[in-house]
Amino acid sequence: MIPAGFEYYRPSDITSAVSILQEHGDEARVIAGGHSLIPMMKLRMADMGHLIDLQDIDALKGIEIGSDAVTIGAMVTQHELITHEGLSNAVPLIKEAALLIADPQVRYMGTVGGNVANGDPGNDMPGLMQCLNARFELSGPDGVREVAAREFYEAAYFTAREDEEILTRITIPVPAGGTGYAYEKQKRKIGDYATAAAAVMIGGGTASVAMTNLADTPIWSDAAGAALAAGDVDGCVSAMMGAIDPVADNRGPIEFKKHVAAVILRRAIARAQSRAS
Amino acid sequence: MNDLTPTPEERAANLKGMGCARKRVEDVRFTQGRGNYVDDIKLDGMLFGDFVRSPYAHARVVSINSEEAMKVPGVVAVITAADLEPLGLHWMPTLAGDKQMVLADGKVLFQGQEVAFVVAEDRYAAADAVELVEVEYEELPVIVDPFEALKSDVVLREDTVDANGKATDGAHGPRNHPNHIFTWEQGDEAATEAVMAEAEVVAEETMYYHRTHPCPLETCGSVASMDKVTGKLTLWGTFQAPHAIRTVVSLISGIEEHNIRVISPDIGGGFGNKVGAYSGYVCSVVASIVTGKPVKWVEDRMENLMTTAFARDYWMSGKISATKDGKITGLHCHVTADHGGFDACADPTKFPAGFMNICTGSYDIPTAYLAVDGVYTNKAPGGVSYRCSFRVTEAVYFIERMIEVLAIKLNMDAAELRRINFIKKEQFPYQSALGWEYDSGDYHTAWDKAMEAVDYQGLRAEQAQRIEDFKAGKTRSLMGIGLTFFTEIVGAGPVKNCDILGLGMFDSCEIRIHPTGSAIARLGTISQGQGHATTFAQILASEIGLPADSITIEEGDTDTAPYGLGTYGSRSTPVAGAATAMAGRKIRAKAQMIAAYLLEVHDNDVEFDVDRFVVKGAPERFKTMKEIAFAAYNQAIPGIEPGLEAVSYYDPPNMTYPFGAYVCVMDIDVDTGVPEIRRFYALDDCGTRINPMIIEGQIHGGLTEALAVALGQEIAYDEMGNVKTGTLMDFFLPTSWEVPNYETDYTVTPSPHHPIGAKGVGESPHVGGVPCFSNAVHDAFRAFGLTQTNMPHDHWRIWKTANDLGLHG
Amino acid sequence: MSKMHVKMTVNGKEVEGLAEPRTLLIHFLRENLNITGPHIGCETSHCGACTVDLDGKSVKSCTVFVAQAQGKELTTVEGLVNEDGSLGVLQEMFREHHGLQCGFCTPGMITRAHRLLQENPNPTEEEIRFGMAGNICRCTGYQNIVKSIAAAADTLNAQKEAAE
Repeated sequence: MIPAGFEYYRPSDITSAVSILQEHGDEARVIAGGHSLIPMMKLRMADMGHLIDLQDIDALKGIEIGSDAVTIGAMVTQHELITHEGLSNAVPLIKEAALLIADPQVRYMGTVGGNVANGDPGNDMPGLMQCLNARFELSGPDGVREVAAREFYEAAYFTAREDEEILTRITIPVPAGGTGYAYEKQKRKIGDYATAAAAVMIGGGTASVAMTNLADTPIWSDAAGAALAAGDVDGCVSAMMGAIDPVADNRGPIEFKKHVAAVILRRAIARAQSRAS
Repeated sequence: MNDLTPTPEERAANLKGMGCARKRVEDVRFTQGRGNYVDDIKLDGMLFGDFVRSPYAHARVVSINSEEAMKVPGVVAVITAADLEPLGLHWMPTLAGDKQMVLADGKVLFQGQEVAFVVAEDRYAAADAVELVEVEYEELPVIVDPFEALKSDVVLREDTVDANGKATDGAHGPRNHPNHIFTWEQGDEAATEAVMAEAEVVAEETMYYHRTHPCPLETCGSVASMDKVTGKLTLWGTFQAPHAIRTVVSLISGIEEHNIRVISPDIGGGFGNKVGAYSGYVCSVVASIVTGKPVKWVEDRMENLMTTAFARDYWMSGKISATKDGKITGLHCHVTADHGGFDACADPTKFPAGFMNICTGSYDIPTAYLAVDGVYTNKAPGGVSYRCSFRVTEAVYFIERMIEVLAIKLNMDAAELRRINFIKKEQFPYQSALGWEYDSGDYHTAWDKAMEAVDYQGLRAEQAQRIEDFKAGKTRSLMGIGLTFFTEIVGAGPVKNCDILGLGMFDSCEIRIHPTGSAIARLGTISQGQGHATTFAQILASEIGLPADSITIEEGDTDTAPYGLGTYGSRSTPVAGAATAMAGRKIRAKAQMIAAYLLEVHDNDVEFDVDRFVVKGAPERFKTMKEIAFAAYNQAIPGIEPGLEAVSYYDPPNMTYPFGAYVCVMDIDVDTGVPEIRRFYALDDCGTRINPMIIEGQIHGGLTEALAVALGQEIAYDEMGNVKTGTLMDFFLPTSWEVPNYETDYTVTPSPHHPIGAKGVGESPHVGGVPCFSNAVHDAFRAFGLTQTNMPHDHWRIWKTANDLGLHG
Repeated sequence: MSKMHVKMTVNGKEVEGLAEPRTLLIHFLRENLNITGPHIGCETSHCGACTVDLDGKSVKSCTVFVAQAQGKELTTVEGLVNEDGSLGVLQEMFREHHGLQCGFCTPGMITRAHRLLQENPNPTEEEIRFGMAGNICRCTGYQNIVKSIAAAADTLNAQKEAAE
């Protein structure tokens, strides 16, 4: 498994990175941790002439904990998410989910930006970010804009990000005190994508529910959240079951996935409820 | 004698001989990254080869155009079947008496089949060029189901039919259909049918033992270097049988055997995957001959999973008859064996279905019949014994499932059903209905020990409570108790009935004692992690009285090692281990004469005592083996040649029959299909134990590979013949997180015919483990009416079982 | 594609070489630098046989381009031996507790375990199993690997205590 050749760039600021993207169009891709992209390149399922490594761009790093919101640089790794004490206190759901992603080595390299921007339905962070109502900051030739996570995903590997834009930061509102949370994931083994995964937040009269790898995008359901906020667990599950659209793969056929999705969601709800105060 | 004289026990301890948990000598290299695996080999001017492979499972190759590929800087050659044909190397013989294309000769028969071999200065250039070789295919109908293959008009192997389209005879006799390979029958069909007809109870079941793959962590590879000046070919590779490879290379290339040196360097796990001969080996040799430079070929993981030897793929139908009290009277087994596009199974010549006829298991079954039909399909060839002796995993799975099925039919406890049917201790040596002579066993003792260790009755009581709670809606978890009692058949084997390509399956050991009392021993086997450098030195230390730490064990270089058939089928200890002991005894016999001369007594007046020969009745008069070694080289002894060396070629009189009793306790989440192994107890009897630490390690490893196979590992195809499980994302290799701790235990029933009583252990845990995990899954659902559900028991299949039984409400 | 001038520090030594940017770090180590401890097992970042320590992180070097590692500090299993050439504590404990068989996964295992113990000097069995889950072993069934790492933690802690 040998990737095709490319020109390599390691710019130190966002403007330079964007201008390289502009120059080469869809011949260019950015690389963060590379643990989704490089395997695809090695299988020659992804091929680009120009590869822009974002690791030297300081503006893409760091986690800031504010009173209302936390912001996370796109190049923050899963490992940093897990070990950042302030983040764990402010939004504990993130650590719970990140621990279920891939394996230790991959988490040292895999970034939150790569995970949310790639648009892979198997990735856990997109559903998580939808549950948390995160906003993604995109920088492009025309400046900076924000897109809500809940509006970012269009289809598998298709997102609201334009080819010449880079996802730079993620802003997440800090949940109200006493909010219950849970990330529940069924997988075949460490390193696998989810058979079904659910992110749940309950508290302060609101609720938010999202699921992963059960459609070609993550699924966040307004109706499911509303039902749950009203204490209607069955209604929440039923709304979510109406929203997902899994496909058969080596993990199993559709009927199995639907069943497991409901079970996993109920377990996530139960755990989140038990943590709410 | 005085207080300073070490006791015999102390002297024995210093030897680190048999029975001690000697630390492995290999590990000093391996732990610091100083192993020498095939991809570590680097030679001046070495080129790298890479394959163009078929994306289709069945297609004609219309044309191959390598013009663009040749333009890639660094590309030296693109070799196709047309280039190999004048050399007669476009096809090669398989271990099963069939032949196999080295490179696609007009058509391809499975996805990933080798079509062209690109040779370049480095692996990057080779990979780039592979992308640019243009192959035009014409797709043909694909058959992935062996039952369909036997009915189909589509002829997969046109080379095996005559001008009228009729199947010509194969290596194992007449064929009844162009896609049929052989029928192999054992036992008495008429007598078995008669027993079944008269039986009080007959249980029937069909089960599929799915296709999987040994998947060692190191893939297969080779480095060929043809020295045009000396005319000598050196071939390094991932070979579990280096001598056999040398002979095969000589036969197909025409290079005389003395001009071929085959070297197996360190091997990163084999498990059967590295027994066969692969196109990559042949192409690296041809490319080296053509270019005059060394050529390396190392496959990637997808190539390994998709094209090198698979395991299993047996459709097994059984009937088992018994009295109402549970005494088994007969067994009938039919297998439809999917061999893929070429019959490349690695079995002794006379056993096209391996030792499947061990399928009467550990039970005294008076009458039995087995028939196996081999079939061609559009899947990769192989059929190796993945961590088992030839097809023994299939056989043990079959009988251990049939026992459970019969227990259900009889409404009996499966542990008790086993117990009343075990071959009794006093029946050994035992003649089985399907032709084997079991050497030794004490099954009742082992079984009772296991049942007591796990508190079997307590487990059943807990399970009954769980079922009650489940029915009452108090839990959604079920509990399974998996039982297995297995008998392996290993150590192939006696030359009278075991050969591969006509080579008798003996093995060998050659020992040279150095003047200062250290030694080197060379064997015809090759370690792939079993720790031969450690354990064979222990055997010798006990046999010749020199410390194991002073004995070097060397394997894998055909220029230096004596001829042997290699390491697979747990044969190293039973065969090469016996050769080692026998060669050691030759050393000792000569040492006895030297000692007697030095001590000025008659030969018969000295006796061996741990590390020395002593004068009988006068233990203060002795010569140590170290002293004797020195004397062998510096003293003229009348009537005795100088030096102290020996060689033994050991032809085992029989197989050995290790056995064991396993219990698995599993909790199953009915709603998600997720199993959790709460406890696993493994009692193994491998005869005399050479190194308990290594035995335990083998058992942990074999059980983990069994867990993988039972609970998810498979090579799955879609109906177009596409491999669905080609990377480690989908091909299940469990991590430390999914694997439990195991409890190990043992009994010791030595083999009566083996020089040191050892039977072999590397594969037992896999053979016994697979049915044990599977039986646990089945047992969890027994109370709800389940009789049989096929492996692998991954989440969705377990969920489906529960769903089919109506357990999801 | 043109080659780049690669510089990095490997096992305390500055090294350099010419390589295409697409060269995978594992190939640069093995082919250019002759550091053959890290192995290639799966090539899709599942097995961990290629694990190296890169700027204090356990990384699968089959899924890193050499260009990405430009200027960084690497440790491989070869760098974990003691200064006098004897086996380091983890290496010794793997030998002591039979934590390896064919040896192919071992360099990656030990290199990963090294980082795990740096970050968590007193891991529970569960933490070891979770922390080592990026490394596949086909031979041992992990039980003795877990034991080896736990024993190494004890030994390292005792050494630290004795030094204090």
